[in-house]
Amino acid sequence: MTSGTLLRQITDYANRADPYPLYAELRKTPVARQEDGVYTVSTYWEILSLLHDPRLSSDLRNRTPQPGCALPVEEDPGLPVSFIRLDPPEHDRLRRLATRPFGPPKTPRRIFNMRGELAQMISELIDGFQGRNQVDLVEDFAYPFPVTVICKLLGVPRQDEPRFHVWAEAIVAALDPNPAEGPAERQRASDQARSELGLYLAELIEEHRRTPGEDLLSALALDHGPDGQMTSVELIATGVLLLIAGHETTVNLITNGMLTLLRYPDVLKRLRDDPGLAVPLVEELLRYEPPVQLLPQRTALADIDIAGTTIPRGAPIWLVLASGNRDPQRFSDPDRFEPERQDNQHLGFGSGIHYCFGAPLARLEAQLALTELARRLGNPRLVNDPPPYRQNPVLRGPRHLPIAFDDLSA
Amino acid sequence: MSVDGPSQAFKRHGRIVIVGASLAGLRAAETLRKEGFTGSLTMIGDEPQEPYDRPPLSKQVLLGRMPADGAPLPRRCAIDAQWRLGVAATGLDLVGKRVRMADGEEVAFDRLLIATGTRARPWVKEAEADLDGVFVLRTSGDAVLLNRRLTARPRRVLIIGAGFTGSEIASACRERGLEVTVAERGPAPLVGALGGVIGAVAAELQRAHGVDLRCGITVTALEGDPAGRLTRAHLSDGTALDVDVAVVALGAMRNTEWLAGSGVAAGPRGIACDAGCRAFDVHGIVTDDIFVAGDVARSPHPLFAYQFLSLEHWGNAVAQAEIAAHNMIASGPDRLPHLWVPAFWSAQFGVNIKSTGVPTMGDKLMITQGSLAEHRFAAAYGFQGRVIAAVTFDQARWLDFYRKLIESAAPFPLDFANVDRRPEGLRPVPAEFPDPSLPSHGPTVTLSGYSPSDRRVTFTPAHA
Repeated sequence: MTSGTLLRQITDYANRADPYPLYAELRKTPVARQEDGVYTVSTYWEILSLLHDPRLSSDLRNRTPQPGCALPVEEDPGLPVSFIRLDPPEHDRLRRLATRPFGPPKTPRRIFNMRGELAQMISELIDGFQGRNQVDLVEDFAYPFPVTVICKLLGVPRQDEPRFHVWAEAIVAALDPNPAEGPAERQRASDQARSELGLYLAELIEEHRRTPGEDLLSALALDHGPDGQMTSVELIATGVLLLIAGHETTVNLITNGMLTLLRYPDVLKRLRDDPGLAVPLVEELLRYEPPVQLLPQRTALADIDIAGTTIPRGAPIWLVLASGNRDPQRFSDPDRFEPERQDNQHLGFGSGIHYCFGAPLARLEAQLALTELARRLGNPRLVNDPPPYRQNPVLRGPRHLPIAFDDLSA
Repeated sequence: MSVDGPSQAFKRHGRIVIVGASLAGLRAAETLRKEGFTGSLTMIGDEPQEPYDRPPLSKQVLLGRMPADGAPLPRRCAIDAQWRLGVAATGLDLVGKRVRMADGEEVAFDRLLIATGTRARPWVKEAEADLDGVFVLRTSGDAVLLNRRLTARPRRVLIIGAGFTGSEIASACRERGLEVTVAERGPAPLVGALGGVIGAVAAELQRAHGVDLRCGITVTALEGDPAGRLTRAHLSDGTALDVDVAVVALGAMRNTEWLAGSGVAAGPRGIACDAGCRAFDVHGIVTDDIFVAGDVARSPHPLFAYQFLSLEHWGNAVAQAEIAAHNMIASGPDRLPHLWVPAFWSAQFGVNIKSTGVPTMGDKLMITQGSLAEHRFAAAYGFQGRVIAAVTFDQARWLDFYRKLIESAAPFPLDFANVDRRPEGLRPVPAEFPDPSLPSHGPTVTLSGYSPSDRRVTFTPAHA
């Protein structure tokens, strides 16, 4: 088997339910040049080292066009690039500005203070299961919950949430790097969704400027810190980023979580008896079934010697986080789900300057959601295993997760 | 009990004494238990409290965000030790294998770990040091006293010495809205640890935050009123300052006096030990049963030309304690070398400063990311064509990259392209460390050569 076909197999939808044997194959060559010029990095220490290497760029403008390999998504040319696709110093400035109203040191209690509201949202969604013996966890819980959370955080009125569903789906679909699936068409749909969402946010931001609330967009629009203020277009681009990243990944984290718990019923039972288990359990989940499987955006700015290979300047680099998380050189018995695993420095949120911005929120959402699901669903079980997956190999997770149960606790 | 060779009996029934009940002592004790030592364990410490975390004392504690006694060190496991707190060790009988205590008692051991750390260097003139209003900061007791005085809102605080501790105290005082003068003998703050180029940035930070920073200045005298309260400080430029509080931040002194005459190679620079943490005796012969860890230790590091490094770093205390403990109950090839790459951090004036490697060995540096003017950058230090150290200001997430360059003896200057490399970062510049022959309050890292061919023993008794 050549490594080229291996990469194709990883992006092939047929292998979406279980890509892990392919990752094991991939790790046999920690840094491997694929047939289309992409360098895959699949082992833990090599991924970690590259995530902290300033010779890697997240800005696609630094990439040498590769023959036969479509460039990953360009963002809407009408909007500036969001900080996830920028390098320092622009990245740092925008991320600092975005962090001020979101977390420490300026706003240390923003996420903590949302606990009550999150618990309330979860209760209401599970109450909605009343009178049923089967739900689709994705449609009935894992999708609406984080969307409601991120809309609440950003100050998007609740009645506008359904519109986000449509936009988000289209934008995320274009993040799929598999070139066999009509990327041009998806790209158009994504661009359109992005620009509609942008227009919507522009209006919303104006409204918040006039009547500010306690939300993040109001704070970003009005904040004056040492770095000044985001321009209007920067603010829109950041809003789009937070909305998309803020729920697409969390949907998968919660769904992957419930799927895993139903595959390990003893762990599900332990979580029911001991809600404190949720904290290490979610960390293990981020290692074992990370919502972001790989980062296909990095480019080498210089020739980089690593693991016996030289990645040439300008080459695209894919950091396969989910593979690093299963690297036996780093984690003992890596294919086992061990909720109380010690020394669990997983790559689920990445590392380095692009470390997941929303990590504290995602953790809290998953901890609270899984604990309540475990507590309230009586005798829950999978209807089919594996469930149908989304197309996307990067943001990987089930499209539907039908769960049957006997009854519902109060 | 003989502990020559692998001795399961020692691991089961041996007697280990740890002198020094702070970070290194505690982590060593925990490692001993975790690795299966079931014999008797005695922890001796001169401070009355159980082990606590010191870094917050010059930061959160002085800002009133944390009580001075609010940071006991988290315990990794139960250590089942006999604690002898509040009593200092005063002597060591190497032949009889006993530690003498201030209360006259003696404690026998089979193996000993010395982790007595450092103390704040006091103001040189004793009478002036005794004035009400003159402080040092090392222990939680010091922090309680200083914090109480700062809460009473003195008119002006004088900080003597702009190393890391002095700078952090100045930062906390400014954050509390107090008037602060910093007097530094060198040309800039942090110059002993990071050199003049980075020191200039530290100076800008201090001034931008309203510190009255005076460099190239020493304090010649502290003056009190008849009631013994500090009122005024005299400076070497002939001026005087009205102050109610002076904090002496002139670095640390190693707690080795109690070993004078013991036959262990202990002096003002610390206790020399091998890379396996076994102490040397005064003849330079390694001992079998005396181990050293933490601030008080001085051990050769292969990455830095086998020079004996003495590191006052939190991370070093932990790493070295773990190695020392492991080696105390291991033998022969199971022993591990202490190869930790030096690293430290500081928080001051809203900036997170982190460093790795040994900056003081560097003669050149390059600003490889960001810019000095923005006070946000990563800088790499070079020595003889290789990367020897790095420092970041608010760019800590990159530090691991530089640590790897140091570990792999990567070539210097760094001529590759990377994110955020500015025109100012294309060429190396002199790092501008002060001439080490000039007296200073001492950098965080002290280096001293050790030549295997030099067979003459010059043993310096324990005087600072």
